[in-house]
Amino acid sequence: MTAQAPARARTVAQLLAAKDIVIACGPGGVGKTTTAAALAATAAVEQGGRVLVLTVDPARRLADALGLKGIGNDEVRIPDDAFGPAAARPRGELWAAMLDTKQSWDDLIRAHAPDPQTREQILANPLYQNISGRFVQSHDYIAMERLYEIHSEGKYDLIVVDTPPTRNALDFLDAPQRMADFFSSRLLRWLIVPYRSRLVNMASRPFYQVADRILGTQFLADISEFFILFQSMYSGFVERAEAVTRLLSDRRTTFMIVSTLEATPVREAEFFSAELTARKLHLGAIVLNKVLPEYLRDAKTDKLAQSMEARAAELADGLTEDPAVAERVIGEVAQSFLNFGVVARREAEQQAELSGAPDVLVTVPFFDADIYDMAGLLKLGALVWD
Amino acid sequence: MSGAPDLLDLKLVFVTGKGGVGKTTVAAGLAQLAAEQGKRVLVCETDAKGDVTALFEAPPTDFTPREIAPGIWSMSMDTEASLREYLKLQLRIPVVGRIGPLAKAFDFVATAAPGVREILTVGKFAWEVKERHYDLVVVDAPASGHIVGQLAAPQAINDLVKVGLIRSQTEWMLEILSDQRQTGLVAVCTPEEMPVNETLELVTRVREETTVRMSAVVVNRVLPELFSQRDEEIFEQMREPATEQVLSERAGGAVTPVLDAARLAVTLRRTRSTHLQRLQAGLPEGLPVLLLPYLFARSFGARTTRQVARALGEELGL
Repeated sequence: MTAQAPARARTVAQLLAAKDIVIACGPGGVGKTTTAAALAATAAVEQGGRVLVLTVDPARRLADALGLKGIGNDEVRIPDDAFGPAAARPRGELWAAMLDTKQSWDDLIRAHAPDPQTREQILANPLYQNISGRFVQSHDYIAMERLYEIHSEGKYDLIVVDTPPTRNALDFLDAPQRMADFFSSRLLRWLIVPYRSRLVNMASRPFYQVADRILGTQFLADISEFFILFQSMYSGFVERAEAVTRLLSDRRTTFMIVSTLEATPVREAEFFSAELTARKLHLGAIVLNKVLPEYLRDAKTDKLAQSMEARAAELADGLTEDPAVAERVIGEVAQSFLNFGVVARREAEQQAELSGAPDVLVTVPFFDADIYDMAGLLKLGALVWD
Repeated sequence: MSGAPDLLDLKLVFVTGKGGVGKTTVAAGLAQLAAEQGKRVLVCETDAKGDVTALFEAPPTDFTPREIAPGIWSMSMDTEASLREYLKLQLRIPVVGRIGPLAKAFDFVATAAPGVREILTVGKFAWEVKERHYDLVVVDAPASGHIVGQLAAPQAINDLVKVGLIRSQTEWMLEILSDQRQTGLVAVCTPEEMPVNETLELVTRVREETTVRMSAVVVNRVLPELFSQRDEEIFEQMREPATEQVLSERAGGAVTPVLDAARLAVTLRRTRSTHLQRLQAGLPEGLPVLLLPYLFARSFGARTTRQVARALGEELGL
């Protein structure tokens, strides 16, 4: 809490040392979950303290590596032994939790319900069960809510959050505000009024006529009951949603966009970066996974490969035991280099477009194998670290 | 490779997949292929990013379909516009100023009544099929994490709402969605760990939680096999320092990066082929798997869309 603005972090290590919360976001399928886990593990090893990775849906092998198998919403400590094969002893503690949407909603209701009767009625309401379990928007809200809950308990020095795969990458940012707006809405009051007073006022009558025809009276009554129950928690919910929104824009919170340089993820990452800036949220880092090696873009080598392709027969002559195969291999090798060069140059251009926005931009090369153990996580973490 | 000759005979195809695997590319390629076969195709975007139209090098579309290439119309889903159309066409409630709070009411209903957003989306596509405006409707659907919720919404609403107009509406939607001759789901993945896992999970969930049939799995970005076994032996001989030195001298520059790149290509291909095998082993028998090659392209537009269409056509035996 110093008066002057701190210097921009130059490495992910510096960034993490200065923040309480890192929210990993970005398009799906780019290694977001793995990157979040790798950073948390590396922070526990390098920086110490209590580090939590709050993950949403890890691949089973990754979950196994973290010792997350079969656990739910509760945070569990990753035993130091898990670091053993990687020959690293964590200075701090690594904790992990997996988001269970349904469980989190139920906990939230339990915390906010004014009395046991209301609580049980809400938990048993079919609409509540649908909203909490089946429909996707509720995941976005609950992920941020859970983050707030854990952060306010103050048990961790650093929390790395892996955001849920959203329909729109920004849904989870808007979710707390939407929730607050929703509970403050006039429509909510309209809906509840007739079932209290049996009196439909002039303003709400057209709405009723439409809603009744579309949804049927019984369904409307179900909805009303649900919201009458929910209204008892109104102020608690709104306050909470606002607090969650404040936490996201707090200076101790930073965002990390994880992407690859494939065309679609890059476009989403650019969009995300622009939106974070527009909302005055702190974009700490962009991590680009699966980046092709630089040598593929070298102009001299590109020329060389072109000439190798053209002169394959001449180059192959007497080079190995089988000139015919050698000629084919040289041709294919050169062609392959040129092909990957096209992709590497396209990706480099896209990387340049992203580089202005964040404090730190990190590229991670293609790994030979998928990451599914602590050694792999720490290897990835080390590449991102500094 | 077993083909799926019936894929193009469907009326409504949802294309889904984990984010970033190229589901929009496949949706566009499928639309292109169908149009080349003489069909009138509507290709629908569900998240209004303009990606589909970009693949035809056309400007973005809105809720009203527009022809973006010969035989191909495009629209972008907008649930509020869908609600207006629905009220007007189905319930004959014109949207006039008198129903002032409609927009807010919509927001409310969509948030409060689970599945309303989903049903307005799916309902619009089913409506286009019912009205036979097009020979084929291709939906660039939500990512595989969300598609099940969307496809299951009509059934969920049907279970929740016992009377009312919505109830009768969900019935004809369900009829179209459940009809295997009309509706199918295509899952796109890449031969990588998570996309393969997610596809295998999706196939199970679609079977258990929806009435929609899986029509095909498309594996995108399959890398070419660079070497035969004999090629690789010779390649290894070239990598001997002395031989590599000779090759560099003859070529007039250091060939090491060129050979390194080939090694990288082979490694990438190998890692991926184990995932591809895992996918093929885990899918139900008879579900066609279509392979699309990795495109070494400078950019993605009309040209790559035609390449994808051609590759899909070959895989379908056309």
